[in-house]
Amino acid sequence: MSGSLGRAAAALLRWGRGTGGGGLWGPGVRAAGSGAGGGGSAEQLDALVKKDKVVVFLKGTPEQPQCGFSNAVVQILRLHGVRDYAAYNVLDDPELRQGIKDYSNWPTIPQVYLNGEFVGGCDILLQMHQNGDLVEELKKLGIHSALLDEKKDQDSK
Amino acid sequence: MLSGRLVPGLVSMAGRVCLSRGSAGSGAIGPVEAAIRTKLEQALSPEVLELRNESSGHAVPPGSETHFRVAVVSSRFEGLSPLQRHRLVHAALAEELAGPVHALAIQARTPAQWRENSQLDTSPPCLGGNKKALGTP
Repeated sequence: MSGSLGRAAAALLRWGRGTGGGGLWGPGVRAAGSGAGGGGSAEQLDALVKKDKVVVFLKGTPEQPQCGFSNAVVQILRLHGVRDYAAYNVLDDPELRQGIKDYSNWPTIPQVYLNGEFVGGCDILLQMHQNGDLVEELKKLGIHSALLDEKKDQDSK
Repeated sequence: MLSGRLVPGLVSMAGRVCLSRGSAGSGAIGPVEAAIRTKLEQALSPEVLELRNESSGHAVPPGSETHFRVAVVSSRFEGLSPLQRHRLVHAALAEELAGPVHALAIQARTPAQWRENSQLDTSPPCLGGNKKALGTP
């Protein structure tokens, strides 16, 4: 397992650009954006992060991230085949941008929530991706990481 | 002080991403960088503290101190989750993060973890501002 994860991590660390064309994105990813009603209060955010199993707050959208760190989060989720997640663009909504920082007690964007629980930002998600924890955490949510299939394919060859 | 550990690939990457004409971050240590270093040293007594001003890779004026990457190696991190470690760093730098610093990439490791992998990683290229068209293959 560590082999394929390692390779994927290495691929990720090249921070490839220009590969994120729209065609890669399944219909599952919802760029929720400011449709949340401009919610910045703790109650609204509490509901927001619990509404979906995987919730990310980005600068930009999954299709068009406006920051390298936000893009990294999107690419990690893509590697694991996670398509059904809610993405909120904080650049669309100043209240959300400050509100989520206060709510999470975390000063930077991106931010990742799994099952309503704050996981961290880009550095921590990348670390979880590299050490295999992300596969396990996704499994707890009933999400089967695509990297496991990739590993099987390689084993059967 | 910190350049000794940078791998050559990193340097070339920084050159590729950097728009400014070699001014920002070229040796001079600004007040924000100095404050970050002092506060982390005071708060976490790190064995190793590597700090890199990555601002020149972003859509900010030359000489800016907005984007940083730090590797903090401290025995204080023993037994703490990554989240808890990051929060300690954030707490030490609350003032900077509430003010001039927009981005802070953190590698928080114990001394044993640092011995296993003692490399300051490379940040992903900036996608914001007027740099969006840059670096497209």
